[in-house]
Amino acid sequence: MNFGLTEEQQLLKNSAREFFTAECPPPEIRRLMETETAHDEALWKKMADQGWTGLPFPEEYGGMGLGLVDLAAACEEMGQALVPGAFLATVPLAGTAIFAGAQDGAKKKYLAPICSGQARATLALLEKEASWNSRDVALPLTKGTLNGQKLFVMDAGVASFFVCAARQGGELALAVVDRRAAGVSLEAQPALDATRKLYAVTFHNTPAEVIATGGAALTALDRALDFATVALTAEMTGGMQRMLDLTVAYAKTRKQFGKPIGQFQAVQHMCADMLILLEGARSSTYYAAWALQENAPDARTAVSVAKAYASEAYREAGNRAIQVHGGMGFTWENDVHLYYRRAKASEIAFGDAAYHRERMAAALMGAASRAAK
Amino acid sequence: MDLNLTPQETEFRNEIRDWLSANVPAGWKARQDAEESMRKRFEFLREWQRKVFAGGWAGISWPAEYGGRGATLMEQVIFNEEMARAAAPPMANTLGLALVGPTTITYGTPAQKARFLKPILNADEIWCQGFSEPNAGSDLAALRTEARRDGDHFVVNGQKVWTSYGWAADWCALVVRSEPGSEKHKGLSYILVDMHAPGVDVRPLRQMTGETEFNEVFFQDVRVPVENVLGKVGDGWNVAISTLMHERATLGAGLHIIYKRWFDRLVELSHELTRNGRPAAEDPVIRQRLAQAYTEIEVMRLNQMRIISRIANGGTPGPEGSIQKLLWSELNQRFQQIAMELMGAYGQLTKGPVGVIDEGQWAYQFLRTRGNTIEAGTSEVQRNIIGHFVLGLPKSY
Ligand SMILES: Cc1cc2nc3c(=O)[nH]c(=O)nc-3n(C[C@H](O)[C@H](O)[C@H](O)COP(=O)(O)OP(=O)(O)OC[C@H]3O[C@@H](n4cnc5c(N)ncnc54)[C@H](O)[C@@H]3O)c2cc1C
Repeated sequence: MNFGLTEEQQLLKNSAREFFTAECPPPEIRRLMETETAHDEALWKKMADQGWTGLPFPEEYGGMGLGLVDLAAACEEMGQALVPGAFLATVPLAGTAIFAGAQDGAKKKYLAPICSGQARATLALLEKEASWNSRDVALPLTKGTLNGQKLFVMDAGVASFFVCAARQGGELALAVVDRRAAGVSLEAQPALDATRKLYAVTFHNTPAEVIATGGAALTALDRALDFATVALTAEMTGGMQRMLDLTVAYAKTRKQFGKPIGQFQAVQHMCADMLILLEGARSSTYYAAWALQENAPDARTAVSVAKAYASEAYREAGNRAIQVHGGMGFTWENDVHLYYRRAKASEIAFGDAAYHRERMAAALMGAASRAAK
Repeated sequence: MDLNLTPQETEFRNEIRDWLSANVPAGWKARQDAEESMRKRFEFLREWQRKVFAGGWAGISWPAEYGGRGATLMEQVIFNEEMARAAAPPMANTLGLALVGPTTITYGTPAQKARFLKPILNADEIWCQGFSEPNAGSDLAALRTEARRDGDHFVVNGQKVWTSYGWAADWCALVVRSEPGSEKHKGLSYILVDMHAPGVDVRPLRQMTGETEFNEVFFQDVRVPVENVLGKVGDGWNVAISTLMHERATLGAGLHIIYKRWFDRLVELSHELTRNGRPAAEDPVIRQRLAQAYTEIEVMRLNQMRIISRIANGGTPGPEGSIQKLLWSELNQRFQQIAMELMGAYGQLTKGPVGVIDEGQWAYQFLRTRGNTIEAGTSEVQRNIIGHFVLGLPKSY
């Protein structure tokens, strides 16, 4: 038994850290935040050249063929640097949906351009109810066309195509929609985290290519959400690490009453709590990554443990980070709020702590009797 | 990263599993009614430890020459987990096995090892830990119990407090001030004292749980041979710290399995108990609370696995032990609260015959866990350690 990164995984993580620290310094993040899409074409191309965009997909589609633990290591560093843009939406989310759901022809057609960096993609799942549960998907797919609206679609503004969850004759279906297809319209949904933009996407008699239906669609959607959830908790872990580093550095230099504030126990204990929260998020994330990668029997519960924990931990660590920074922590100029905004958005994405605790309860205690539905 | 056991680890696990399934005494209950039966219960645990010893499993991580089997860290972890999984009783000589033995192996002379180690393993000699004093708790280095040199003896005078198993102990690992007038961590010695020697007076201290598991121990002109000093005279602080590191590193191992077993029991109970007119298992609040408990137990287990892997790959047990100490103690308090919420009015019952659940062990644990964040270093002290030694913040005191 060995719960640690291999030498290659550590190398990958180090090179990710170097790359993203150099490419995404805070001024660059702030510049991108203010743009309409938070996307930088040059950065995307460099990421693709490094192979990041094909990291978890097989070589036959132009990917690196690595596992989810490797992806988590890379995502931890992206979260650490607060990399803006469509990586999460494109690779772990839409990419996995295609990889897990589509037939070989469609995989070649859609996955290869993701790996090469030519295409970006996203998943269109949520509707008016804003439910992450695939059971609640209602948008109709009839005779190969979509009608209706998807909400909270991540980075739709720079996606070349969408993987849309829809209902076709009572069954769940996954369908790919070209961004330029007829009847597609986008409207921004400005939100707390400006590094990852959200959109309402409306389809009006929009043609779509069905890639999976019924059980296959459900499996692929679950797989994509589970993968993306772990990629996200890895990002959250990296973000917490960065917040802790910023906070400890500040506590060592800021002086009050003639001493560094880090000498006051009230401050020190807030920092200690941040470390505890961080380590828990890290342990549960890497375990979930490994369990999913190896198809362990408790893999889905492990994903929910990681997301339930990280959702609260990132926010709680953020609360302390701001508090330790005092008035400085409340300014726009200080970087902590950028992470805090990401923390809130990440807490909500793919289901919050309460959602994942209910998912765990269903696995551990049996389903709750449902009054409705 | 590979979380599967290696073939050797699996073989080891199967061996201990088989042994335990053949040997764990049937009908053993974790909690028997305190007071009158405490001594009886202790004798039962002593017999159990002897059985473990005869099976060759006591002190498995100790080198073979001292009666152990030189098990790797990972095997030790597997052993602890299997003991917990089999719901095996704890061993009588907890402090001897976990603290005094390893410290003796590190600091003892050949004669001390020959004299003390085997009776720890076979529970012939029970140990207690005499560190805390009325005016030296968190600030252990403020201790005042003195050992004055008199020829080839030290003469010990002073008082220790909160001494767990003092009433059962044959020996005490005592930290004393051996240089008169010395201050703080200088001038201390770690000395092994015979609890049956003239001048040792053990008095019961009743805990908030009602038991008298710990004691006050008074020393009046107790003569201890100089050869009973462990490590160098005057180097007692370092020897004591070594004991404390063992305490933090090992106390938590296997606990997650015990917590998981308790969790499974709560799930079972949630199907039997009702809440708002339906099975508690279907109540959304209860579902959230139990899933929260499960999350925390998992996080503790996974942190532990990461720490163990790091040490097994050549690291040393360090101040991160404080993270685990905080997790297992604070988690346990929250967990017992959740258990109480699930059981409602029944949770408070301590005895039968009417309505009591699991012989009142939940009511007992609810109180007992308050001690978890005090014993083996308080939560505040652990957070100080993390702040200073892990995060590099200036010392606060
Ligand atoms: C069940 C149980 C079993 C025990 N068994 C043993 C045993 O076998 N042998 C033994 O030697 N001892 C034993 N102890 C004693 C235990 O180690 C001490 O109680 C503990 O170290 C705290 O010391 P204290 O009780 O003097 O509290 P104090 O040190 O007086 O602490 C009181 C409060 O002040 C806080 N505080 C103190 N110093 C600081 C600081 N620097 N920064 C922030 N907060 C601070 C503490 O966190 C606590 O909240 C046991 C205790 C318990 C509860």
